[in-house]
Amino acid sequence: MAGPGAVRGGAMGSGAAGPGGPPVSVRLRRGLATHWYAWAMVAPVVAVIGVIIGYPLVRGVYLSLTDANERNVARSIGVNHLPATYEFVGLDNYADALTGDQFLATLGWTLVWTVSCVTVTFGLGLALANILNRRIAGRSVYRMLLILPWAVPGFVSVFAWRFLYNEDRGFLNRLLAGGGIDAVPWLNDPGWAKFSVIAVNVWLGVPFMMVALLGGLQSIPGEMYEAAEMDGAGPWQRFRHITMPGLRSVSTTVILLSTIWTFNMFPVIFLLTRGGPGEATQILVTQAYKFSFEISPRDFAQSSTWGVLILVLLMAFAAVYRRVLRTQGDTW
Amino acid sequence: MTITATAPGTTAPDAVPAADPARRGRRSPLASVALHTTLTVASVIAVFPVLWVLLTSLKPASYATTTDFFKETTFENYTNLLRDTPFLTWFGNSLLIAGLTTLLGVFTAATTGYAVSRFRFPGKRGLMWTLLITQMFPVAVLIVPIYNIMAGLGLLNRSAGLVITYLTIAVPFCAWMMKGFFDTIPREIDESGQVDGLTPFGTFFRLVLPLARPGLAVTAFYSFITAWGEVAYASAFMVGDENLTLAGGLQKFVNQYGAQWGPMTAASVLIAVPAAIVFLFAQRHLVTGMSAGAVKG
Repeated sequence: MAGPGAVRGGAMGSGAAGPGGPPVSVRLRRGLATHWYAWAMVAPVVAVIGVIIGYPLVRGVYLSLTDANERNVARSIGVNHLPATYEFVGLDNYADALTGDQFLATLGWTLVWTVSCVTVTFGLGLALANILNRRIAGRSVYRMLLILPWAVPGFVSVFAWRFLYNEDRGFLNRLLAGGGIDAVPWLNDPGWAKFSVIAVNVWLGVPFMMVALLGGLQSIPGEMYEAAEMDGAGPWQRFRHITMPGLRSVSTTVILLSTIWTFNMFPVIFLLTRGGPGEATQILVTQAYKFSFEISPRDFAQSSTWGVLILVLLMAFAAVYRRVLRTQGDTW
Repeated sequence: MTITATAPGTTAPDAVPAADPARRGRRSPLASVALHTTLTVASVIAVFPVLWVLLTSLKPASYATTTDFFKETTFENYTNLLRDTPFLTWFGNSLLIAGLTTLLGVFTAATTGYAVSRFRFPGKRGLMWTLLITQMFPVAVLIVPIYNIMAGLGLLNRSAGLVITYLTIAVPFCAWMMKGFFDTIPREIDESGQVDGLTPFGTFFRLVLPLARPGLAVTAFYSFITAWGEVAYASAFMVGDENLTLAGGLQKFVNQYGAQWGPMTAASVLIAVPAAIVFLFAQRHLVTGMSAGAVKG
C-alpha cells in the first residue's frame, strides 16, 4: 500500500516526531521504513547463504534417501557419459544407522569429545581472560603469546603437534625418556589418542575463548566495580554479581558456537589420527567424510545420512539451549 | 543487556581514564607471583609447538628430529623452498583470497549484525536461526554439492569461487559476533543520530560503526585466519600448480617429496607470518576498551 515515497516520508517524520509519542500512522510508516533498511542490510548474507548452503543442503538430504554410491551416480568414463542409476529407498539408510552399533558408538565418543573440549576450553579461557583483564606487568606480551595458537593456521599447528607426539622420535617422548619414563604411545593407543586429540583441540580453542571473554570483560564499565567495592563487595562477590552477568551475553554465544564447532571439528581428528587407531577417535563428521571419500565404493548415501543426523542433533541441541536461556530471561 | 541499560546512567567519576577494576586494589607479592607463574606456564604451552617448528626450520633437513634447540643453524630450508617450489605463487593466491574474504566478510557481517542487533523486522528470528544453523553444517556433507555448484558457475580454480565459499563460513559467525558488539553500544547513540536526521544507514556508518572498531578488528582477524588456514575446500577446488593456495600447495609438497620436515617447517613459518601480522594489527584495536570510549566520549 505504502510506496517508496511514503516510506521515505516516514523516516523523515520519525526524526521530527520527537519523544512525545508520534501518531499511529507515522509509527506504522516508520516501521515499514525500518524494515526496508533492515532487509537491505541483511540481503547479501541471505543471498550467499541461500545459494551456497541452501541448495547443497537440499541435495544432501535427497541423497540420504537414495542408495547412491560411486558405482551408480552419473559419471563420465572417457567419452562415454553414464547416467545415474541410483534409486529412492525412503528412510532405509536412517533405520540402518540408528539400529546399527557403529553410529551410536561414534556418537558416544563424539559427545565425550565435545563436552570435555568445551568445558576445559571455556574454563581455561575464562581464567586467562580474568587474569589478563588485570593491570599486570607485561600484560600485552602475555596476551600476544597466549593468542599465538589462534594466529597460526590450524593445519600448521596440527602438524606441529604430530611432530611433538611422534612415538619414536617426537619431542615429548624424548623429554620423558630424559626423565626415565617409558615412551607414551600418544597417537597409537586408543586411550592416549583420545587424550591427545582433546589436548590439541583445547590448545587450539583457548585463545578464541580468551579473546571473546576478554572483550566481554572490557565492555563492563569500571564504575560498576568501583560502586560494588564502595558497597563493600569482596572479589568473589564482584566476580559473581558483576563479571558473570556482564559476560552472560558473550559466554552463552561462545559456548553454543564452540559446542557446534567442536562437534564438527574435522581437521584436528583428520590430520592427527585419521580417526585411528582403529576407529577409536573417529567422530561423526570424520566418519561421514570417510564414507564418501576413503572407502571403496564411496558411499554417498550413507555419508549424507550421517550428515543429516549430525545436523538434526545439533539443531535439537541449539533449540534446547535456547529454550533454557529464554526461561532465564534472554530474548532472541 | 544490563550493561547498556546502566552504562549511560552512571556518572563518570573524575580521575579514572582507563576503566580497570584491579588497579585500585593492592595485590600482595604472593598473588603477583602466582599470576605471573600461571601466565608464564600458559604462555610456554601456547608458544612451544610453534616455536619448535620455527627452530626445526633453521636446522639442516637431516637433523629435523633432533631435540637440540639449535643445530648448525642454516637457512637452506628456506632457500630451497623459495628456489625449487612455486611457494611464492601459492602465497600470492592465498593473500588475494584471504584479503578479499576479509574485506567482504567484515562489511556484510557488520551490516547484518547491526540489523539483527537494532531492528525488529519480519524474518529476523529466521535469519538468526539460519546464521546459527549454518555453523552446524559439516564440511564433509556440503563439499561435494558445493563443488558441483562451483563447476556449474565456472568458478572452480578461480579465486572468486573460494572467496564465496569462505564467506559462507566466516560471515555467519562474524555476524553473530558483531551483533554481540553492537548490543553493548548504547541505543541512545542511534537515537541521537535519528534525532539529528540521519537515515539508519547514516547512523550506522557515521556513528555506530566507528564505535564498533574493536568488534570489526575481531571480525577481520577471524575472516582472515579462516581463509588463510582452510584446507578442505582449497584442496578440492583448486588444481594446477599456479592456482593452488598455500593449504593446497603444502599437501602437494608433502606428497611430492614425502613428509620432509625441513622444507615443511620452513613453509609453515612463512605461512604463519602474515597471520601474525594481521593479528598484530587487530591487537591494537582489541586493547582499547570499547563501550567506555563510547559513552564517555
